[in-house]
Amino acid sequence: MIQLSNVNKRFGTSSTAITAVDGVNLTIEEGKIYGIIGYSGAGKSTLIRLLNGLEQPTDGSVEVNGRKISSIGGKELRQARQKISMIFQHFNLLWSRTVKENITFPLEIAGVKKAERERKAMELIELVGLTGRENAYPSQLSGGQKQRVGIARALANDPEVLLCDEATSALDPETTDAILDLLTSINERLGLTIVLITHEMHVIRKICHEVAVMEAGRVVETGDVLRLFQSPKEPITKRFVSQVTEPEDAKKVMSLMRQDYPDGTLVKLAFVGERTEQPVLASLIREFPVDVSILQGNISQTRGGAYGTMILQITGEPEATANAIQYLHEQGVQTEVFEK
Amino acid sequence: MIETYFPNVDWAKMWDATVETLYMTSVSTIFTFIIGLALGILLFLTGPGHIWANKIVNLLTGSIVNIFRSIPFIILIILLIPFTKFLIGTIRGPEAAMPALIIGAAPFYARMVLIALQEIDKGVLEAARSMGAKTSTIIFKVLLPESMPALISGITVTAIALVGYTAMAGIIGAGGLGTLAFLDGFQRSREDVTLVSTILILIVVFILQFAGDFAVKKLDKR
Repeated sequence: MIQLSNVNKRFGTSSTAITAVDGVNLTIEEGKIYGIIGYSGAGKSTLIRLLNGLEQPTDGSVEVNGRKISSIGGKELRQARQKISMIFQHFNLLWSRTVKENITFPLEIAGVKKAERERKAMELIELVGLTGRENAYPSQLSGGQKQRVGIARALANDPEVLLCDEATSALDPETTDAILDLLTSINERLGLTIVLITHEMHVIRKICHEVAVMEAGRVVETGDVLRLFQSPKEPITKRFVSQVTEPEDAKKVMSLMRQDYPDGTLVKLAFVGERTEQPVLASLIREFPVDVSILQGNISQTRGGAYGTMILQITGEPEATANAIQYLHEQGVQTEVFEK
Repeated sequence: MIETYFPNVDWAKMWDATVETLYMTSVSTIFTFIIGLALGILLFLTGPGHIWANKIVNLLTGSIVNIFRSIPFIILIILLIPFTKFLIGTIRGPEAAMPALIIGAAPFYARMVLIALQEIDKGVLEAARSMGAKTSTIIFKVLLPESMPALISGITVTAIALVGYTAMAGIIGAGGLGTLAFLDGFQRSREDVTLVSTILILIVVFILQFAGDFAVKKLDKR
């Protein structure tokens, strides 16, 4: 569906060139929600703009749905763009047009007749939940509503791919979740391929099937979201994963607990998928002469299944503690013992 | 009573002069709007990072705009005498004033158009491009509507400046309230004629300002 091969993008002249995208190879399958995560400056904004030709690669090829975006131009590129739509962090609506007129804009570009434009716009307004607001101007809408208009506008020409450029970064957490739910339902109902870039692991966790991690213009790690949560390889990926699984205060709680119970062993457990539903802890306490305190626990729901972490303090005889940890291993639970 | 305070005012003549001023102002404003808009859009689109980015065209247009904008209007009229003579056939009357009025005001307005266009959110232009919009669509459906309030307040300021220019042109015989105030009023020491002409010019300016402000307020949905 989407294929990037050896893509490089440099800005500026050779002496002062900045490499924004560095040797990226990426394959995105049809119907997937694909997340690209990275901190600002990682090159993800440039990367997503390569997909609709807003930026052209310095070298390498970009192919979207059989069309070679990196080598077409003019009318052909403009027509391709009608099927690769985009939503933006700051919505980028035309303030001079009403909600309905904003949504009909891409249809005007595509040369759709007026009656058909009206019909399509009303249908999309209903889809994104803005019925009754069709004649409002963007300035009269909240951030979440503006992004809904952005999404409706992006869907107007029945695109094959939807690109989301930090689409929820300007929204509060609740609105973010509502917009993410909307994107998920669009993906499921219309079978639309969605590529989104973000710096929030929460977004990846909530809606993505697959993810690519970017750092300094390179894609350093890719794969299934659940797999990445279980066993992140790169340090940057670990940092992103800990964004959602380890709230800051867990570390504080741990050092406090350590002061209170200096002889305990602190263990971090990671449960994946089905493991989260089995009473591993209960049997641990029954079978081994140890005391267990839960310092912090957390379950994250990803598209591929649940992923949980738990930090325990195990107190007891050293041998019993070691056996207990061994038992956890045997149950397929990943454990990590914190040094004292 | 009017006779006592304004003994020298010929009201029929005053009316004709007002009509001439309005005629010169409106026709030159229309041409200034069109030419200034075209120049402003050209300056914007040939600027760095835009659709027609072109250093040479941008520099050339920018220089022409700056030169004509910098020449004092009264000097511009004199410099343009041969051109006006060639174009209109005479250098007297309202029509003869128009080339100078337009050439003086259009570059001034072009600058304002450029500023108005630069105020448009870059993201909106990117969004239009991402939808596959042609340049003409971007100009007529994004650039112009999105900058309309600034374009209207710019043309209001320009039209008011043009009223002033017509008065200046009046001194060298273009007609209108300027000619009346200068030749009939000042040179023949009829202060009442100068006063009434001034008041009429002020009324024209106030009406323009009011109409411009009203239109901006109606159009601005931000």
